[in-house]
Amino acid sequence: MQAETATQGTPPAAAPAPPREGATRLRAALGRWEALLIGLIAITLIAGSALSEEFLTADSFTTGSLDLSEVALMALALTLVIVAAEIDLSVASMLALSSALMADLWNRGLPLELIMPICLVAGALCGAFNGFLVTRLGLPSLAVTIGTFALFRGLAYVVIGDESVTDFPATWTDRGFGNFAGTFIPNTIVLFAILAVAFAVVLHATPFGRSIYAIGANQEAAYFAGLRVKRIKLILFTLSGIVAALAGIVISLRNSTAAANVGQGFELTAITAVLLGGVSIFGGRGTILGVILALFLLGAIQKAILLSESISSYWIQIVTGALLVGSVLGPNLARRVSEMRRRHAHQHPLEEGQ
Amino acid sequence: MSAPAAAAEGARARRLTEWVYRVRELGIVVALAVLIAVTAAIEPRFIETDSLRNLALNASIFAILAVGQTLVIVTRNVDLSVGSVLCLSAYLAGDLLSGNQDLPLPVVFALGIALGAACGLFNGLLVTWGQVPALVVTLGTLYMFRGLAFLWTDGRQVNAETLPDAFLNLGSDSILGVPILVLFALVVLLVTGQWLRDYRAGRELYAIGSNPEGARLAGVRSERRVLTAFVLAGALAGLGGVLFTARFGTVDATAGFGYELTVIAAAVVGGVAIFGGTGSVYGAALGALLLGTITSSLIVLRVEAFWQQAAIGALLLVAIAFDRLVGLRVDAALRRRSARRAG
Repeated sequence: MQAETATQGTPPAAAPAPPREGATRLRAALGRWEALLIGLIAITLIAGSALSEEFLTADSFTTGSLDLSEVALMALALTLVIVAAEIDLSVASMLALSSALMADLWNRGLPLELIMPICLVAGALCGAFNGFLVTRLGLPSLAVTIGTFALFRGLAYVVIGDESVTDFPATWTDRGFGNFAGTFIPNTIVLFAILAVAFAVVLHATPFGRSIYAIGANQEAAYFAGLRVKRIKLILFTLSGIVAALAGIVISLRNSTAAANVGQGFELTAITAVLLGGVSIFGGRGTILGVILALFLLGAIQKAILLSESISSYWIQIVTGALLVGSVLGPNLARRVSEMRRRHAHQHPLEEGQ
Repeated sequence: MSAPAAAAEGARARRLTEWVYRVRELGIVVALAVLIAVTAAIEPRFIETDSLRNLALNASIFAILAVGQTLVIVTRNVDLSVGSVLCLSAYLAGDLLSGNQDLPLPVVFALGIALGAACGLFNGLLVTWGQVPALVVTLGTLYMFRGLAFLWTDGRQVNAETLPDAFLNLGSDSILGVPILVLFALVVLLVTGQWLRDYRAGRELYAIGSNPEGARLAGVRSERRVLTAFVLAGALAGLGGVLFTARFGTVDATAGFGYELTVIAAAVVGGVAIFGGTGSVYGAALGALLLGTITSSLIVLRVEAFWQQAAIGALLLVAIAFDRLVGLRVDAALRRRSARRAG
C-alpha cells in the first residue's frame, strides 16, 4: 500500500551496466519464484513424511486437498483481480450468500439442477455490484469490498438466518465429497484443475489476459493504449463473484450443509495463497502456476502439521503468516544486499583514485 | 503570486478543507441523532441511562482501536492485525492478574500497552525497513499473532472470578456519571486528535499519506513517521486489549476475532480515506459510535439481528460513495480557485 515500495521486485531500470549484471546473476541464482515454491514444497514433503508415516499417502492427499478446495477455486479468480491491481475481500461472503441461497431455494422445493444456476447468477450479480462501484463510481476496491464483505454476509443471514439445510440428495453430496472415477483425486480437485487450466489459458495466452497485466502494470498507460480498462475490471469482479458462488455450491455439497456462516475468513486464506504464489499486490505480475504451487504448499503444510503428533495445529497459522510476509520480504532483502554490495564495489575504486 | 497572497490562499484552502471535515463529522452526528431519536420514539427504553451507558461502553473499545487505525490509514497504510494484537494484550492482562491479584493496575496497563507496541513495532519494521506492503505484512501478522495467542493460551481461558474486583470495576464503574472506559476513550481521542492536528509529526502523517513522494522531497522522514504510526496503533490495540479484559472478564484465544474489518469500517464511515491523507480521529471515533449504535438499536427494535451486518456494509458503501462525490467537488473548487488567482 505504500507507494515507495511500489517498485519492489523489479530490477532498478536506470542502474548502470555493471550492477545490472549483478542483478541478473542474482535473479538467475534465486531462479523464478515458482522454482522457490517447488523447493519449499519439496522441503515440506520431506519434513512431513519424517513427521508422520501417513503423510505421503493417497488418503492424506484426498483429505488435505478437499479442505482447501473452495479457497483454491476462489484464489483462481482472485489472481486475475489482483494482477489487475484490484482486490476482492468479499469472496467468502459471496460464497456464504450462495450457500444460503441454495439452502433457502431448496427449502422452497426447487430442484438442485435449477438452484445451482440461480446461485451462479446471484454470484455474478454480487461481483458485478463490486465491479460497478469500483469502475463506475471510482471507489477504491479495498474499501468497497470491505463494505460488501459485511453486506453480502449480512444478506446471507437475512436469507436463511441461523438455520442450515442438510438434506440435499445423496447423489449430489456424493459428487461433492467423492473421488473422481475410482482414483484418489477428489471431484472438487478435478473441478479446480479444469478451472485452473481455463484461467491459466485466459491469463497467459489470450489478448484479454495480456490486457489484465497491462492494466495492473500501469492503468493510465493501458487506458491510453486503447484498452477498455473499466469494462475489463468489471468482467474480472463479475468472474470473481461467479467463482465464489461456485465455491459456495461446492462447500454446501461437500459438507452436505448449506448455511450463512460457512467459509468465515476464507478471503484471507485465498489472498494469502495468491500473494504467496508470487502475484504482486500492486498488480502486473504473477502466474496461475505460482498460485497453484502456493495452494499446494499451504495444503501440504497444513496436512503435515495436522498429522504430526508433536506439533500443535496452532502452528499452521503462524507458519502461514510467516510465509506470506517472507514471500515478499525475502526478495526485498536479497535485492538490498545486492545493492549494498554494488555500492561497495563502486566506492572502492573511487576512494583509491582520490 | 506574492508571498502574503499565497499564504492567504493556503489559509483559505485549509479553511475549506477544515469546513468539509466539520460538515462530514456533523453528518455522522446527525445520522446518530436521527437513529437514536427514531429508535427512542419506537422503544422509549432505548434512551434510559443504562441502555445509553452500555452503548457508550461498547463503543469505547472500538473507538480506541479506530483512533489507532486512523493513524495508520492516514499514512496510506493499513493494519489488519489489530484484532490479534488486542487478543494478545487482553490475555496478557488476564493471565498476569489471575496469577497475582495484587499486581498494581498501572503495571498491567503498561505491560499490555508495551506488548501491543512491540507487535506494532514488528509490523512497522517490516513495512518500512523490509519494504513489504502493509496489507501483506498485517495480513501475515494477523495470522501469526493469532496463532501465538492460541499457542500461548493452549485452550485455557481467563475468567472474571479469577480477576481482582478493582480491575473489573474499571470496565463498569463511572466517575461523575461518566463510565471510566469512556474516559479512557476520550483521553486517547483528544490527545491523538491534538497531536495529529497541531504537531509537526502529526501533520507529516497526512503529508506522507497524501503524497509520499512529495513528502520525501520536502524532507519528511517518512519511514520513521510510518513506524511511529504503527507503534502507536499497536499500543492502542494493546490498551484496547487490557480494557477488553476489564470489560468482559472472559478472555480466550478468540478474543477480538474479526475486529479488524469492523475497525477499518468504523474509520472509513467516519471519513478516513482508505488511500490516506484525509480524515480525523474524531470522525473515526464517531464512526465507531455510529456502528455500535446501529447494532444496539437494531437489537432494541427487534429487527432480526441478521440485518445488522448487512446494514453496516451498506452504510460503509454509502459513506465512501458520499466521500468520493464530495471529494470531487472540493477538488474542483480548489482548482477553480487557484486557477482564478493565478490568472
